Amino acid sequence: MSENGHRGFGRVQRKEDARFIRGKGNYVDDIKLPGMLYGAVLRSPHAHARLVSVDTTAAEAHPQVRAVITGETLAGLNLAWMPTLSGDVQAVLATDKVRFQGQEVAFVVAESHYAARDALELIDVDYEALPPVIDARRALDDDAPVIRDDLEGRTDNHIFDWEAGDASATDRLFDDAEVVLAQDMLYPRVHPAPLETCGMVADMDKVTGKLTVYTTTQAPHAHRTVYALVAGLPEHKIRVVSPDIGGGFGNKVGIYPGYVCAIVGSIVTGRPVKWVEDRSENLMTTSFARDYHMRGEIAATRDGRVRGLRVKVLADHGAFNGTAQPTKFPAGFFHVFTGSYDIEAAHCEVTGVYTNKAPGGVAYACSFRITEAVYLVERMMDILADELGIDPAELRLRNLLRAEQFPYSTATGWEYDSGDYPRTLRKAMEIAGYDELRAEQAERRARGDGPLMGIGVSFFTEAVGAGPRKHMDILGLGMADGAELRVHPTGKAVLRISVQTQGQGHETTFAQIVAHELGIPVDDVEVVHGDTDQTPFGLGTYGSRSTPVSGAATAVVARKVRERARIVAGAMLEAAPEDLEWTPGRWAVRGDPSSGATMQEIAMAAHGTLELPAGVEGQLDATTVYNPPNLTYPFGAYIAVVDVDPGTGKVAVRRFVAVDDCGVRINPMIVEGQVHGGLADGVGMALMQVMAFDEDGNHLGASFMDYLLPTAMECPSWELGETVTPSPHHPLGAKGVGESATVGSPAAIVNAVVDALSPYGVRHADMPLTPANVWRVIQGRPFRTDLAIP
Amino acid sequence: MNITVTVNGQTYTRDIEPRLLLVHFLRDELDLTGTHWGCDTSNCGACVVWLDGVPVKSCTVLAVMAAGKEVRTVEGLERDGELDPVQRGFTECHGLQCGFCTPGMLMTSRWLLDHNPDPSEAEIREAVSGQICRCTGYENIVRSVRWAAEHSARDTEEVAR
Repeated sequence: MSENGHRGFGRVQRKEDARFIRGKGNYVDDIKLPGMLYGAVLRSPHAHARLVSVDTTAAEAHPQVRAVITGETLAGLNLAWMPTLSGDVQAVLATDKVRFQGQEVAFVVAESHYAARDALELIDVDYEALPPVIDARRALDDDAPVIRDDLEGRTDNHIFDWEAGDASATDRLFDDAEVVLAQDMLYPRVHPAPLETCGMVADMDKVTGKLTVYTTTQAPHAHRTVYALVAGLPEHKIRVVSPDIGGGFGNKVGIYPGYVCAIVGSIVTGRPVKWVEDRSENLMTTSFARDYHMRGEIAATRDGRVRGLRVKVLADHGAFNGTAQPTKFPAGFFHVFTGSYDIEAAHCEVTGVYTNKAPGGVAYACSFRITEAVYLVERMMDILADELGIDPAELRLRNLLRAEQFPYSTATGWEYDSGDYPRTLRKAMEIAGYDELRAEQAERRARGDGPLMGIGVSFFTEAVGAGPRKHMDILGLGMADGAELRVHPTGKAVLRISVQTQGQGHETTFAQIVAHELGIPVDDVEVVHGDTDQTPFGLGTYGSRSTPVSGAATAVVARKVRERARIVAGAMLEAAPEDLEWTPGRWAVRGDPSSGATMQEIAMAAHGTLELPAGVEGQLDATTVYNPPNLTYPFGAYIAVVDVDPGTGKVAVRRFVAVDDCGVRINPMIVEGQVHGGLADGVGMALMQVMAFDEDGNHLGASFMDYLLPTAMECPSWELGETVTPSPHHPLGAKGVGESATVGSPAAIVNAVVDALSPYGVRHADMPLTPANVWRVIQGRPFRTDLAIP
Repeated sequence: MNITVTVNGQTYTRDIEPRLLLVHFLRDELDLTGTHWGCDTSNCGACVVWLDGVPVKSCTVLAVMAAGKEVRTVEGLERDGELDPVQRGFTECHGLQCGFCTPGMLMTSRWLLDHNPDPSEAEIREAVSGQICRCTGYENIVRSVRWAAEHSARDTEEVAR
């Protein structure tokens, strides 16, 4: 470690890297157990069809096949359906109908991966095709086919209505407003597409009755509890190991039918079973994100003071309501849509519907629907700026919350913890050279040749670190996380945490927190995570919650250890503990620094023969559970500069300036890396990524040839800046950052493209702004990006 | 059928199905799991290895096509216990997060530097444009390769002195 001896916060190189740069990571698909079999899933080619029969005779006769599992098999075990994270049920293997293209119909277990795939071809399924519901806007039509006829008494495709804010106060404000503007917009269905697909190795030991699963999960403890509840297995006999994970971004929060099938496969055959989905399976069937059809309305004064926001959302949840978010929030944290502005009144209504598409609705690096909320308000701000003829940055500066307004209670019930928004926007404008950019744009427009230049501004407020247990739970499990810290006799420490890295660098950052609190080298701290037998309970890593929740737990548990060390040091130094003072790494008698004992000496004494005073039983180890008092609210200002070719509609992102304020930065290098990744995601969502469907429900983005992700060619060299406004309630002042850039960046890019197209009278265009879409928008004939072109 | 392939300087003979993909041969037959699989369609580049000195996407190469040839994988980057400058560069510049694309990125980067020891940012971006990273936004990958270029040059100068 080149950073040997580093004792706290700063640009510490990652402990994780040593194995990854050598090809020695240990991902699920790298695991090979003795006698392991391989599973493969047979999937429906239809979006909506009645399952008439499933004939597995030929597959079972295949010499390498060890088991064929169907919905009927699972029904016999009471496992054909499983609960979703949103209180619905989802078919593990279809028994009555298939409800989306790619739905799981049968599972083959064979001696090899190739043989399992061969055997899928031998299964004969008879379907009776039914008309599908593909357009969410038609899902509630009277004549729409009922997708969920498995649910008793169900006569339509309606899932829920949900609202937040004060409807009548908002309506009154809109009635009196000087300016009211409305805009329909779509945040299209996208997929997180981590580079590693989802998978599992399930290993049921019939002798001990212990089930060990190695699986791609962002929440190993929550998965364990769900398996216990679903399968009726005793929870202490389930061990969930989340080894190295090749990116999550929300995709690995849910429990997928393939996991359940792998477990059943291992139980049935008595051998370990590996199931790893291929890329098409990943894109077609595991959790999608977004798919919000929104109508925004903004009320303001003529001089540009924003007064109210009103939003109606139609949310496409697919065939099963499997959205992953805190239970009491069916639209996630969408009601943070008043964003970063001082707004008098606001109201939103969200209606969720079933369609014949894959279930899901995960936070794709967006902290539970906040990217949809930020996109809405930031587009509305630009539309208002256009209407009033006010520069969009200036309009924001006039309405942003000011430092003295914090803590700030929003019109929809959030309490933002801290911020100084204008400072952050001004910093972004300074880095970008905003005035010079506008001058360049005016000059280019006057010249009238070359590409169309656009400048887009967005400002976002995130709400992360879910969350206070009285408000937030998933399936009844409170969103508090544990931490355990052991200090060995020589002063080396082992931290055990409930959250799980998928690339965020927990093994480094969390060691830095312990090092910072105990004054010991980062290299002296080992971080254990991703194994339910070895770590305390907690809800896992998503929604940017690791640092706000588990990072806080780590600071708290380290401070407990430090206080125990103080008592021991008192005995060692023959002084009252209250007479000791702490300098990093040692307790010493106040006023006599030479008298002190180091953490290492104290640790040895705590394990030794020293007579220990009251309050210490021996050793320094401690545990804690951290229940966050509030969410944390990171924020930032982003500015994109684009060039649009009016002949082809191609958008090039020339520059992107991102100033993030995530409170105190534990490892600035890692923070910047998180921001970089989210910005690339923003380019992808704004310009490239969409999961569209044709009228039969065929998935039109089922491979990386069709579902386009940004490469190094589409991304500019990111220009970052920072401001630091500590969270007042987090023990370290940190706020979390993993998803900030994904939340803030799509709006900046879309705003920039619309700005570039404004000479054509364009005020809005839906994502993704592909060349074809932009070209059609320029012609005044935009198309729906979520459906195949009629 | 029987094939003999040299991988990272070591010769292996295996009896395989003709349809076996090179990526599966490396991972499942030889237990060299550093090479990853990510997409099936040659888009993501997690599976990039060298075949007779040229980077290929091993998910779209049959193992039999490697018969009698030399393959180099991420496990073969380290020489005599010394990390390759690209491996050091990716650590120094935080060029990886989840690590899944990293082996492919390293193999392409090494090839680039062998053929263009002092690449510009644009040349690096183009070199890795057939590969996808979902974590880094590519910025630090570019910096990592530049770091390796600068430090490879320095290492060579030191040897010359």
